[in-house]
Amino acid sequence: MRLEPVANPSLLRTTVPPAIAIGSTVVIASLLAMAAGANPFSVLGLILKGAFGSKFALLETLNRATPLIFTGLSVAVAFRARLWNIGAEAQLYAGALITVVLGTGLLQWGAFALLPTLVIASVLAGALVLLVPALLKVRFGVDEVVTTLLFNFIFLLFISMLLEGPLKDPMGMGWPKSERLISEARLPRIVDGLRLHWGFALALIAAVVVWVIERRTTLGYEMRAVGLNREAAGFAGIPVNTVLIKTALLSGGLAALAGFSEVAGLKGNLTLDLSPGFGYTGIVVAMLALLNPLAVIAAALFVAGIFVGADSMSRAVGVPSYLADIMLATALLLMVLAILLTRFRVVRE
Amino acid sequence: MDIFEILLSASFWTAAIRIASPLIFATLGELICERAGVLNLGIEGIMVAGAFAGWMAVYSGTGLWMGVAVAMAVGMLFGLVHSLLTVPFGLSQHVVGLGVTLLATSLTYYAYRLALPEVTSPPKIEAFQPYEVPFLSDIPLIGPALFAQTPLTYLAFILVGVVGLVLYRTPLGLALRAVGENPSAVAAQGLSVTGIRMGAVIVGSGLMAVGGAFLTMSAFDSFFFEMVNGRGWICIALVVFGAWKPGKALLGAVLFAAFDALQIRVQQMPLGADIPYQVFLMMPYFLSILALIVMSRRAEVPAALMVPFNKGER
Amino acid sequence: MTGAEAAQVVLRLDSITKRFGKLVANDAVSLSLREGEVIALLGENGAGKTTLMNILFGQYTADEGAVEVFGQTLPPGNPRAALDAGVGMVHQHFTLADNMTVLENITLGTRSLFSPRLDRAAARDKLAKLSADFGLQVHPDARVGSLTVGERQRVEILKALYRDARILILDEPTAVLTPQETEDLFATLRKAVKLGLSVVFISHKLHEVMAISDRVLILRHGRLVAERPIAEVDEETLAALMVGSEVSAPRVAAGQPGAALLRLHEVTTPDRGSAPGLKRVSLSLHGGQITGLAGVSGNGQGELADLIGGLTGPDTGRLELDGAHLQSWSPREAVHAGIARIPEDRHKTGTIAEFDLIENAILESYARPPYSRSGWMNWGRAEAFTREIIDTYDVRCPGPGTRIRLLSGGNMQKLILGRVLEADPRIILANQPVRGLDIGAVNYVHSQLLAARDRGAAVLLISEDLDEIMALSDVIHVISEGRLSPGFARGTMTPAELGVWMAGQGFEKETAHAS
Repeated sequence: MRLEPVANPSLLRTTVPPAIAIGSTVVIASLLAMAAGANPFSVLGLILKGAFGSKFALLETLNRATPLIFTGLSVAVAFRARLWNIGAEAQLYAGALITVVLGTGLLQWGAFALLPTLVIASVLAGALVLLVPALLKVRFGVDEVVTTLLFNFIFLLFISMLLEGPLKDPMGMGWPKSERLISEARLPRIVDGLRLHWGFALALIAAVVVWVIERRTTLGYEMRAVGLNREAAGFAGIPVNTVLIKTALLSGGLAALAGFSEVAGLKGNLTLDLSPGFGYTGIVVAMLALLNPLAVIAAALFVAGIFVGADSMSRAVGVPSYLADIMLATALLLMVLAILLTRFRVVRE
Repeated sequence: MDIFEILLSASFWTAAIRIASPLIFATLGELICERAGVLNLGIEGIMVAGAFAGWMAVYSGTGLWMGVAVAMAVGMLFGLVHSLLTVPFGLSQHVVGLGVTLLATSLTYYAYRLALPEVTSPPKIEAFQPYEVPFLSDIPLIGPALFAQTPLTYLAFILVGVVGLVLYRTPLGLALRAVGENPSAVAAQGLSVTGIRMGAVIVGSGLMAVGGAFLTMSAFDSFFFEMVNGRGWICIALVVFGAWKPGKALLGAVLFAAFDALQIRVQQMPLGADIPYQVFLMMPYFLSILALIVMSRRAEVPAALMVPFNKGER
Repeated sequence: MTGAEAAQVVLRLDSITKRFGKLVANDAVSLSLREGEVIALLGENGAGKTTLMNILFGQYTADEGAVEVFGQTLPPGNPRAALDAGVGMVHQHFTLADNMTVLENITLGTRSLFSPRLDRAAARDKLAKLSADFGLQVHPDARVGSLTVGERQRVEILKALYRDARILILDEPTAVLTPQETEDLFATLRKAVKLGLSVVFISHKLHEVMAISDRVLILRHGRLVAERPIAEVDEETLAALMVGSEVSAPRVAAGQPGAALLRLHEVTTPDRGSAPGLKRVSLSLHGGQITGLAGVSGNGQGELADLIGGLTGPDTGRLELDGAHLQSWSPREAVHAGIARIPEDRHKTGTIAEFDLIENAILESYARPPYSRSGWMNWGRAEAFTREIIDTYDVRCPGPGTRIRLLSGGNMQKLILGRVLEADPRIILANQPVRGLDIGAVNYVHSQLLAARDRGAAVLLISEDLDEIMALSDVIHVISEGRLSPGFARGTMTPAELGVWMAGQGFEKETAHAS
């Protein structure tokens, strides 16, 4: 077989493969639910209901989507310039770390001064964490996939070390967790009485900002050029390495905001289970959004919905909530294939 | 005990070889994939799946070797998924690889929860036991280290030779090395690029799964979440360190494992008492990154690594 | 050749038709080849020669028609069947694995993949015999990556012979050879024909077709337009048949040389793998003049182009731009200094396929006003600029928002021309500017280069096509193994004399003189 590009894809060609991908994901999930002895329709229904079926469910989904928007944006920005940042997890913890370092009493400022400071500090911390693999890539040609992956493990151990050492909460009954943020360092709720914090709004703003950067700024143009064709970009005079470094700083900073937002908006302190893999899930979010920053919001809501819904479904009927991860993996793999098939036709040769 | 005493003790080298064994399987698997031009980031998840599948098979009553075969088959299945998407369709090897890791890991955990819904600590199996090779195991230092291991370790070392022989001494190895360098060379000789690449990824993934199974069936006797713990990613670094050659990859795996075994022992020494244990646990990852930096300059990367082949591209 | 008519037909193509989307690459093409015969397949780029041979070799499947070898119909789309039937193909782009030895490349795929051994000894003997029979000397244990282009081609031919090919197809085999290496190749082909092989020789070089073939078939726009015994035609007739109308070589008036705008003084650059770096090259480019750089590809042209284009710097030696001495410059500095760069590969380095025309048009100037100010893009100005290029340079496209990969090679090249010429450059680096273009686009590009020259620009024209170089250049340098010949004024050298330099022979005399 051979792939032949389609010059002007028809509406049918652009819609049917993604629909089949989503459909197949649902079918596979149903089969797995049946394997667990559950009725697939009720399982899928419960997932939907648990994700979007009530005010509480919806807010839970929005809260869960918040860090995913940040990590999704982080990955989308990096992948756009073909910088393979698989280390959003480490950058997320970097943001969370600096937030608890500064926000547990070190800076005794009012919220209007402290919160912006924490945002900036988080961005810088995350940027710094990705800067190392990015420099290794441009200076020594070390593949960033492996280094960013390995950094995730290193950084989590580093956090663990701090939580059992200098950052340990003396009142924590021996658990490895940090002290709680002072109240000025907490992100308030958007609407009183509704469990949704300003981190979500910040995530939406971040998505718009990233979109503007990509479409309207010189850096965005450079990033896209470097991502699409590094050789042509370099030939034309685009400083490829500088662009990669700038991209890394932006990407690392975005992922760190997820950590800031989780600590300041939701948890209030830093523990080793702050992120159930938000950094890795960000890759799925970014790919499902086709790297488009605005679509990242929708993709994050979809992914968060599956997670929240699966948790609630699991509590109700006992089907393991890992079903959510399976659905995401399947959706990711089938979706990249479907997107390919919207642009290419398979020819038998 | 000081470090020199450790380095001269048989138990240290026995441990190092044991730690190296799963890495050898998985590194060989990755090496085969990459020699054929396909980066397989599914390795981490495939090791998880292999660890579970082999252990589960034995737990449900099959023999140990049957368990290894089951693990291998499961790995090959994920290899099939990976290679279908990356070879004929030429999709991003980064994205597909991470997707396969996610899929394999989540399917494994799902299956674990289904199979053992109510357990708090996973059951144990009767794992592979060390087999002392007569006479050879009596050699001081080397004997216990190399010849008092479990059969799976012997298999790992034998496989290094087998993979080397196949790569450099058979028509199949010739085709495999050519397809990772210039696929059109293979196509022009009437061979199927797709077939060879898919075959390599499938077999390589099978070996990765056996590497995972080593953990549950030889190193330990039970399955835990997070037990693979980044070993897959380390193997990818080891392939680079070994310059895509089986012998050097073996050397890298043993060196790496020796270092890992050493840090465990230094932790228990007075010297290590003041240093947080996390620092020691970080060392293997730092070492991998260091290896990548050192080797990145001179390594001969297969020229067509990560380059999909589209027949008759105009 | 006597008795050719009586000889057995070894290959027959019967009304082969192949379409790619709307494009008809081959339109009911039929031909036959007899034992011991050399036929030439002549046509412009894009006439359908390579497609036809890929169908014969089973790499494409024809939409209609059949391929018959030694009376047996080949199953379509199966290179293996073609190989087994005795068809051997020497591709235009070599199909060799650089990391393996000559022997390994030649034996690749000749034994079942699952047979346990390679049996190198037998292979080595067979290879030695073939080398001797056909006069193709190569070292069986040399790594292919370390071979010269000419040696690689020998390996390609040996690969086919090793598989007992009776029919050899050579796709543009001389494009990468010096005139002398071409002679050696022809000698090998003559030996092959004596031994009963048959040859299909694909080319667009008329004198080579005249020299080697018994019969010539001419393809135009996918159709077989003429078939003549070589004895009945001359180069002029062939040229006319090839392009469809009488061609007259454009008469180019001599340029008015001005001041030297760019000088290289004793410049040396490092070797890159098997590609030689520059060896103490001195060159000055004068305004109002086209300087042609002749040579077989891979002899340092890329290094020289990269140096002037700002991608690399010299190891030793000096550069001088407008009288100012510089160590080196970046691509962006090159653009700012008024160096227009037309890259060798417009798909890979000249354009970004997934970008639209606007984004491609400002690729070199995006960072400056009016296209960007303090980090913000002004897409309105960029679009206006693109429309200007589209109008001035006659770029045929649906609109400035079209992705550039949808454009033909000629229109893509026109956009690049517009991009660099609109900046009113004083130095133009044109690296293979017409490769792969049809005759209309070729004439357009050449006329633009000449117009720029007449406006006072210094043009460096790099090409493997000696005819192009000789037609356009006011001064010709030859490059070989990274060494640069002295400049020869227009009309002072014959192709054969330049060929001697291309083969690297004039240089020895030079150094002998010097020492």
